[in-house]
Amino acid sequence: MMGSDNQGFQEAHVYASREEMENLVLDDDDTSSKSYSAYRSATSLSPSILVTPADSDPLLAPSPYRDLRSPNAPDNNNNHSSYIEPPSYADVIFSPFDETNTGNEINGVESSNQFIDSPHSSASSSGSEYIKITVSNPQKVQETSNSLVPGGNSYVTYLITTRTTIPEFNGSEFSVRRRFRDVVTLSDRLAESYRGFFIPPRPDKNVVESQVMQKQEFVEQRRVSLERYLRRLAAHPVIRKSDEFKLFLQVQGKLPLPTSTDVASRMLDGAVKLPKQLFGESTAVVAPHEVVQPAKGGRDLLRLFKELKQSVANDWGGSKPPVVEEDKEFLENKERMNDLEQQLSNASQQAEALVKAQQDMGETMGELGLAFIKLTKFENEEALYNSQRARAADMKNVATAAVKASRFYRELNAQTVKHLDVLHEYLGLMLAVRSAFSDRSSALLTVQTLLSELSSLQTRAEKLEAASSKIFGGDKSRIRKIEELKETIRVTEDAKSVAINEYERIKENNRTELERLDCERRADFLNMLKGFVVNQVGYAEKIANVWAKVAEETSGYANESS
Amino acid sequence: MINTQRSTSGSSQSPRSPSSQPYLSVSVTDPVKLGNGVQAFISYRVITKTNLPEYQGPEKIVIRRYSDFVWLRDRLFEKYKGVFIPPIPEKSAVEKFRFSAEFIEMRRQALDVFVNRIASHHELRQSEDLRTFLQADEETMERLRFHETGIFKKKPADLMQIFKDVQSKVSDVVLGKEKPVEESNPEYEKMKHYIFELENHLAEAQKHAYRLVKRHRELGQSLSDFGKAAKLLGDCEGDALGKAFSELGVKSEALSVKLQKEAHQLLMNFEEPLKDYVRAVQSIKATIAERANAFRHQCELAETIKLKEINLDKLMLTRSDKVGEAEIEYKELKAESEEATQKFELIVNLMNEEIVRFQEQKTLDVGLAFHKFAKGQARLANSIADAWRSLLPKLEACSSE
Repeated sequence: MMGSDNQGFQEAHVYASREEMENLVLDDDDTSSKSYSAYRSATSLSPSILVTPADSDPLLAPSPYRDLRSPNAPDNNNNHSSYIEPPSYADVIFSPFDETNTGNEINGVESSNQFIDSPHSSASSSGSEYIKITVSNPQKVQETSNSLVPGGNSYVTYLITTRTTIPEFNGSEFSVRRRFRDVVTLSDRLAESYRGFFIPPRPDKNVVESQVMQKQEFVEQRRVSLERYLRRLAAHPVIRKSDEFKLFLQVQGKLPLPTSTDVASRMLDGAVKLPKQLFGESTAVVAPHEVVQPAKGGRDLLRLFKELKQSVANDWGGSKPPVVEEDKEFLENKERMNDLEQQLSNASQQAEALVKAQQDMGETMGELGLAFIKLTKFENEEALYNSQRARAADMKNVATAAVKASRFYRELNAQTVKHLDVLHEYLGLMLAVRSAFSDRSSALLTVQTLLSELSSLQTRAEKLEAASSKIFGGDKSRIRKIEELKETIRVTEDAKSVAINEYERIKENNRTELERLDCERRADFLNMLKGFVVNQVGYAEKIANVWAKVAEETSGYANESS
Repeated sequence: MINTQRSTSGSSQSPRSPSSQPYLSVSVTDPVKLGNGVQAFISYRVITKTNLPEYQGPEKIVIRRYSDFVWLRDRLFEKYKGVFIPPIPEKSAVEKFRFSAEFIEMRRQALDVFVNRIASHHELRQSEDLRTFLQADEETMERLRFHETGIFKKKPADLMQIFKDVQSKVSDVVLGKEKPVEESNPEYEKMKHYIFELENHLAEAQKHAYRLVKRHRELGQSLSDFGKAAKLLGDCEGDALGKAFSELGVKSEALSVKLQKEAHQLLMNFEEPLKDYVRAVQSIKATIAERANAFRHQCELAETIKLKEINLDKLMLTRSDKVGEAEIEYKELKAESEEATQKFELIVNLMNEEIVRFQEQKTLDVGLAFHKFAKGQARLANSIADAWRSLLPKLEACSSE
């Protein structure tokens, strides 16, 4: 198996220290092999495994949003067969470390990629639409423009390369340079345009950005997380074709999307407008085009106040609001999603702990093997009696087995991380779900507020008319007021219609997205389970074989003692 | 592990059953907690089965506690210099741990091994102290134990020796003698070096073995937690997928139990033998120290005799009337010196035998420990493979729905 047993032993023989042991144990000197000390670091590294230079289609890797072209894709075995295989699991996925596979990631991953590639390139149901995004080549840029900080601001840009066959993109391959701020912009614009959709959450900002930027590690981590994010966006059937996304990926130079202004400056704008609104100079009514955006985060403070008032009335007021969330199915689903999020969080945590325990096991086993190797060497050097030599030989077998088993544990763990990472992915997605649901409730709140307003406006108008009709010949000022009111009512009616449309649109988005999420999640989880299990079986078998051999070799001792 | 004797010692056979071989078999069993509070202790049943004439009857059961075993060991160490006395398990440093089931079991096992090794050693088994240990009633034992393990554990003679050693060391340094007197035996030097180095290597291996036990426990715990989480997730998902998660959770929890079991096995059958090996090496170090003492003693006497000889010659030349006295002293010293030389040479011979025996015994002990270790690991891995494998058809069924 392992070249030759002697070979492996002698190699190990030479290296005394643990680091050398690590280098010995793994053929590759990869970041992914260095430390699995934290699940986090493992997970942040594992995508880089997926990002092998060998182009593996990201669609086919277990990404959260699978592109199910055919709506009745019941049994997408092709899409999901990444880890399933025929009978002998031990042989299948894992190419043991005896393969001289240098310079690549861990062998197991390598070959599992191979599995993904072959059945898929031909039979994929999404064969006509392919998109692959790579983020690479971080470069530091000095901002020469005026800045308060002496020495200038610097930031990092990343090269974003896209290869695609999607017709909506003009072209099949292109690259742009973007900075993190651009990603934030993209994310914010998408959130505005695609309310009700489950939009994958973007990577976190880092508060002390410029300082942290110095570290290589941070930049690499960010590169990885950016890539992940963009790939998730690309996997979403609707968002991948959005204007925002296309612009982001294709347009050279400055990103042609409106930047998100600070909340502070928005609040300032709003504060400026407010007095005018109250004194009737500026419009006190929400313009229809603004209605499609939530009140929060906008510049219209008055609207914000009105909706706040409405929500308080909803909660504490005596009467039922004009329109309520009545969709029972939705409410059930919401409940279900809450529950799911909780359980996912728990499972994700326990998965982390499991990975750590497996890793520790492998490490300690390796250290034990090393200690025995040293002992063996010692006994051999100092042997005066044959009994010593015999013992040294036994010890060597045990040591070699322990080292092998240790390597297997590491490989097992690398795979386990990949599989269980799916839990983590979906947990992240629950944020998107919550956000989409809150889009819905804020749209509903807008509708309710407008309806309340309409009703109060109409009441005022009626009162005025009643008062005016009592005066013979009409009351000029009152009549004028009634006219104004009627105008306001008309505008508000328009706003109401738009708001209701928006609300319905969001509801529909919620519904389709939920369906899609459930479907894809089920498939992905099933895949994950299979992959996890197959992985465990395969490596357990290998480890068992290694130890069975040693047990066999030492069986003589069992017969001797009573 | 209970070792019945392997070779006959050639002692007389019992007239009652002329065809039976002489045997002496001991077991240490049934740990029971006695006493209260700080004074609580564990007592063990020691069962002796033998047909040797020196013993009272075919079977004898006595109650002993840990300090009794210590007494036995100390006595043997005193009387059988040169023999590698089997080691006993350490006192427990941590109070809390003292009465845990695991600790008690480990100690019982180690004490059982200890007594049996003595019973199968051709020199030690003839010891009177062993007979006392195995047969004396509890009161006698208590008296003996108390006497031995009193506050002044070191006998006055030992204390004198220590003072002498310090004295001679100081005078050596003052007089410019560099090293204390040591044997110049290259083979023996090599052996000493081997023993000291061996202890270091073994201690490290044992440390990792202990950690491995911990890792098994930790992995077991995490599998249990993971299983529970999977089950909850399954409840939430429902349908076929939910069932799949539940099944996974169940298997995971079952494996957790197996891992805890294996951890225990590992502790008893692998880590403990390694610890035992370390103790044995430490015992050898004690014997090495005894040999050094004997050698030094012999050398000192030899020196003293030389001086006395010179003195005697002087006295004889001057026809002093102190000659008679001096002659008597000289003869006494000579006898003492002979005795010291004999003792030393006995130790040397014994040690030569013992080291061979030790190496052979250890190869067997360690070989067995390795075998159990490998078997345990293989068994565990197979259980794991079986458990997960049984899930696969169910998962397949789920995906085809």
